[in-house]
Amino acid sequence: MALEKISIVEGKGVYVPGNDIDTDRIIPARFMKCVTFDGLGEYLFYDVRFNEDGEKKDHSLNNPLFARASIMISDANFGCGSSREHAPQSLYRAGFRAIIAGNFAEIFFGNATNLGMPCVSVENEERKRLSELVEKQPDQNLTVDVAGLKVRFGELEIDCQLRKGARDSLLNGTWDPLDELLTHKESIDQTASSLGYV
Amino acid sequence: MKERNLFEKVWDAHAVGELSNGQTQLFVGRHLIHEVTSPQAFGMLREKNLPVLYPERTFATVDHIVPTNEVSEPYSDPLADAMIKELRKNCDDFGVTFFDVGTGKQGIVHVVGPEQGLTQPGMTIACGDSHTSTHGAFGAIAFGVGTSQVRDLLATQTLALSKLKVRRIEVNGKLSPGVYAKDVILHIIRLLGVNGGTGYAYEYGGSVFDSFSMEERMTACNMSIEGGARVGYVNPDQKTFDYLKGRNYSPQTNEWDQAVSRWMAFASDDNCGYDDRVEIDASDIVPTVTWGINPGQAIGIDQVIPDPDLAESSERASIEEAIDYMKLTPGAPIKGTPVDVAFIGSCTNGRLSDLEEVATRIDGHTVKEGIKAIVVPGSQVVSKLAEEKGLDQVFRKAGFEWRSAGCSMCLAMNPDKLIGDQLCASSSNRNFKGRQGSPTGRTMLMSPIMVAAAAVTGQVSDSREVFA
Ligand code: SF4
Repeated sequence: MALEKISIVEGKGVYVPGNDIDTDRIIPARFMKCVTFDGLGEYLFYDVRFNEDGEKKDHSLNNPLFARASIMISDANFGCGSSREHAPQSLYRAGFRAIIAGNFAEIFFGNATNLGMPCVSVENEERKRLSELVEKQPDQNLTVDVAGLKVRFGELEIDCQLRKGARDSLLNGTWDPLDELLTHKESIDQTASSLGYV
Repeated sequence: MKERNLFEKVWDAHAVGELSNGQTQLFVGRHLIHEVTSPQAFGMLREKNLPVLYPERTFATVDHIVPTNEVSEPYSDPLADAMIKELRKNCDDFGVTFFDVGTGKQGIVHVVGPEQGLTQPGMTIACGDSHTSTHGAFGAIAFGVGTSQVRDLLATQTLALSKLKVRRIEVNGKLSPGVYAKDVILHIIRLLGVNGGTGYAYEYGGSVFDSFSMEERMTACNMSIEGGARVGYVNPDQKTFDYLKGRNYSPQTNEWDQAVSRWMAFASDDNCGYDDRVEIDASDIVPTVTWGINPGQAIGIDQVIPDPDLAESSERASIEEAIDYMKLTPGAPIKGTPVDVAFIGSCTNGRLSDLEEVATRIDGHTVKEGIKAIVVPGSQVVSKLAEEKGLDQVFRKAGFEWRSAGCSMCLAMNPDKLIGDQLCASSSNRNFKGRQGSPTGRTMLMSPIMVAAAAVTGQVSDSREVFA
């Protein structure tokens, strides 16, 4: 089945501030006791959104103004820590379709891209401007232009970065690589037999 | 042929071809799985009606959710029980070898791979777990992947990947007494930053790594990812080969010499290039303790907790957030901080030599009253060897609980958890908020010997003084 070609993501934004937001924070380990990814969206950022009695804390994801957000803005080294795909899965299942940050941890970046969720990097100053505007105008749409490598919000247009391989696979609708990997069965077998180990 | 480093040689040997987006289709020779990140991948295979292409290249163990003080099934946690049963079924259905709890080979995936001889030089190794970098200690290119990639591996034994750059990190000189591999890697992370390694593989070398045992190399490679590097490795040498000789899955005697020459050929060439180089003087490294909420927020045992008011403006918010969460006083010495729990274990420091080192020091000391101290061997094999040497008795006598193998309090997916805002001196690898099971629990990372010193004194202490 052909995958969607992702060249533009449009939606409301929400700013979740902080450098080094790790995957344990995005989805605490106790919610990974599951054999499917269903329902993970509910537990996104659980321990920073709720106190131990399950009451809501002050957090932008609890703010009704940003309840419809589908593009998350955060800071440097987003998604560091574990390789758990549960982290991008919980973002995706909570309705997010793109992430803007200073930069991304390697494994998170790959996992998110494989779900067709672009992760674009934006410089500090410009990200700061963007997040301030988004906080002031939560109803206005934000655009992540994967093809043009721009982020737009009203009058504001800023550059973003996205690694070529990831960008190409989003644009071409090949962000889930499995089908392409499967077509090279012969070369796979050749490599396997050239290795000298099983 | 042009000189190449180990990363380039292993990459080239395993490259199947180029994909349409420019990435490499990379063959992964060894695939390790565990119960947390694999069930969804098997689910996807079933949905697509795909078999496992090379079932003999995948090995499974169960580690994250296993209780360490309860051996009979069903486990009292129904979710954990469902996970182990699911893994059992998946391995059965798809023909994958499973080091189940009854085999005597179960344990943390990054302890099990090497001790079974599954981890060998020149291999590509992947696992749905970021600490897969551990296996790089053998001169393998080993890295963590997400669950969709576990699916890709099961179905094709390959991944779509972009090549990494390579940074050579050389640690030369002599480590002072009381300074361990854990301190070396915490020092490296502190120096280069928690995202300093993004886009890089780290090649560790220099006289310190040359003189390290295989288990010490594993401790260091294990935490590469905490510095942002998905891959960390040490070139293979005689120690590597000696370690592997005679293990269950190592090459047999008649294939041994050939295997060794093949392995040696993967070592970085003398004049090969690197994308970056860093040199570290061993004498700069001291017993190190984390004070914050990421592994880069670390200081020497004699230093004081940072003061956000004195920090650079770009650092201030992170320091404030960490100090606030950790409930520490800026400017106060870290030594003397009261602890509640002491945890020795994990894929970083749960191997036999870690336990031996602590056992030789702790004899004659006792855990301070009111402190919960637990030792969790990294695998059933480690546990058995330790018990044969009587280490369990030494620990028990000193007031530690001696548990069965698993990840345990490293991430607290089993019943071993911090309660409330307890502070844990921990030999594990992550001090993220809530990592040890309580949303307000606090973690300080340090070497196992420093954990033991904290257990005995009830506070963060210098092991060189406690065990003088
Ligand atoms: S011991 Fe900790 S870091 Fe290692 S595999 Fe288990 S949970 Fe992950």
